[in-house]
Amino acid sequence: MAQDASEASRIEAGRRILTSDEIQRALRRVSHEILERNGGGGNLVLVGMHTRGVPLAERLAQTMSEIEGETVPVGAVDIGLYRDDLAGGSRPFMQPTDLPDIEGRTVVLVDDVLYTGRSIRAAMDALNDFGRPKQIQLAVLVDRGHRELPIRADYVGKNVPTSRNEEVDVHLVEIDGTDEVVLGRRNEA
Amino acid sequence: MIAAPSPTGPVDTRGPAVRSGRRHVLDMDDFSREEILGVFQNADAMAEVLNRDIKKVPTLRGKTVVTLFYEPSTRTRVSFEQAGKVLSADVINVSASSSSAKKGESLYNTALTLQAMNADIIVIRHGHSGAPHFLARHLDSCVINAGDGTHAHPTQALLDLYTIHNHLGDIDGLKVAIVGDALYSRVARSNLWGLTTMGAQVTLCAPPTLMPVDFLDGKRTEEGHPFASVQVESNVDRALEDADVVMVLRLQLERQHAGHLPTLREYSRMYGINERRLSLAKPGALVMHPGPMNEGVEIDPEVAHGARSVIEEQVSNGVAIRMALLYGMATPARQRTSTRGG
Repeated sequence: MAQDASEASRIEAGRRILTSDEIQRALRRVSHEILERNGGGGNLVLVGMHTRGVPLAERLAQTMSEIEGETVPVGAVDIGLYRDDLAGGSRPFMQPTDLPDIEGRTVVLVDDVLYTGRSIRAAMDALNDFGRPKQIQLAVLVDRGHRELPIRADYVGKNVPTSRNEEVDVHLVEIDGTDEVVLGRRNEA
Repeated sequence: MIAAPSPTGPVDTRGPAVRSGRRHVLDMDDFSREEILGVFQNADAMAEVLNRDIKKVPTLRGKTVVTLFYEPSTRTRVSFEQAGKVLSADVINVSASSSSAKKGESLYNTALTLQAMNADIIVIRHGHSGAPHFLARHLDSCVINAGDGTHAHPTQALLDLYTIHNHLGDIDGLKVAIVGDALYSRVARSNLWGLTTMGAQVTLCAPPTLMPVDFLDGKRTEEGHPFASVQVESNVDRALEDADVVMVLRLQLERQHAGHLPTLREYSRMYGINERRLSLAKPGALVMHPGPMNEGVEIDPEVAHGARSVIEEQVSNGVAIRMALLYGMATPARQRTSTRGG
């Protein structure tokens, strides 16, 4: 989840809960799990959720093609048009939604952090406008708890119990120049 | 009046932070370069939606957009209507000629009526400069200026900038010639603001009788004013030399009767954009026109429908840009009242 400059200053410097190596290993394990659960990459589509879900999806696809030798198509979805919290709130700048054919395929949604579940709900609405997948599964790097909707992840890199005034900050080389996951405490404003 | 009076009292058009929703879209000089680029980015996402089989997203579901047009318009009104509908808003079109305005109802009372009907966003086109600012000062609704008098037409300028950006990339340093009836053109004024904000080198070309002297005077000589770099030219061949973009303005035919021009034919001969004049511009130069065109007067049909014309794209870009603006408005949250206890 992106933090803008004013947000970052409100979060105390946190502690690292996943190192670069740990992220790599978790993603490798998740790649294997996805292939195992689905009997190979044949009917799969990986769809990354903007912003950091996209490089994660690409990394999973890369690992899967190394394991099984076949290419799994990768798409990207921006949920900006499907959010339930638009009223008066912030208006993030949107990234392009670009999806391969998902009709009748098993779509694995990929995101960096699973929290309330509302982003996933929005992503499923978005997918619905593009076709009717056979199945939708969910892979996340971090599950931090506090679900507000009946949504769960099928594949989890790491479970991190958090409190509501903590913030999970995922940094990826492709976007932030480094690989790490940091747990910070949000200062009461 | 030629110069637009500034609204009395400041009108806050932004939310508390840059990434919050915008309260109003009234003027082009209110947009920073960063915000313009942000609108482009969101317009790209909207363009993707317009390419789908089912052009519908739930973004503004439950929101009411009212278009209040006191001047005739086809493309702008339909463009806003389509933009709202693709975003699932409820769009209500009010044209003054068929409304109570004919019975003499004032603009203020019309707008209060619309607000009482829960209009979240009012899109207004009016013959008087400052009318949208008036509404913005007095209503809770968000207000978008779809053209006020001779003052501003910010959504047109944004879609023009977006069209240039899509073809030529970074607008900074591009040579843009705006040719035509600049005196009465809110499109010219808003584009002057938008283009100079983005760093373009602008040449404004018009017959001396149609040059907006009052508007430009003082601004061009003011230290550090964005218009300081604007060139003014009455010879159209010189203005077009090496231009990256040729923006042709509509000649408002009524002007001929007001004595600004001897004849339309003389205007067309001296200022009309034809193939010969276009060849003076750069080889890949874009030809733009806000529409509706007077073909054969300010622009020749071969140029209007030629290879370098992006006039049709301007229209489709208009929907994407207006969708991006509607998305970006800070519409108030609904108060949900429970009908059951507890």
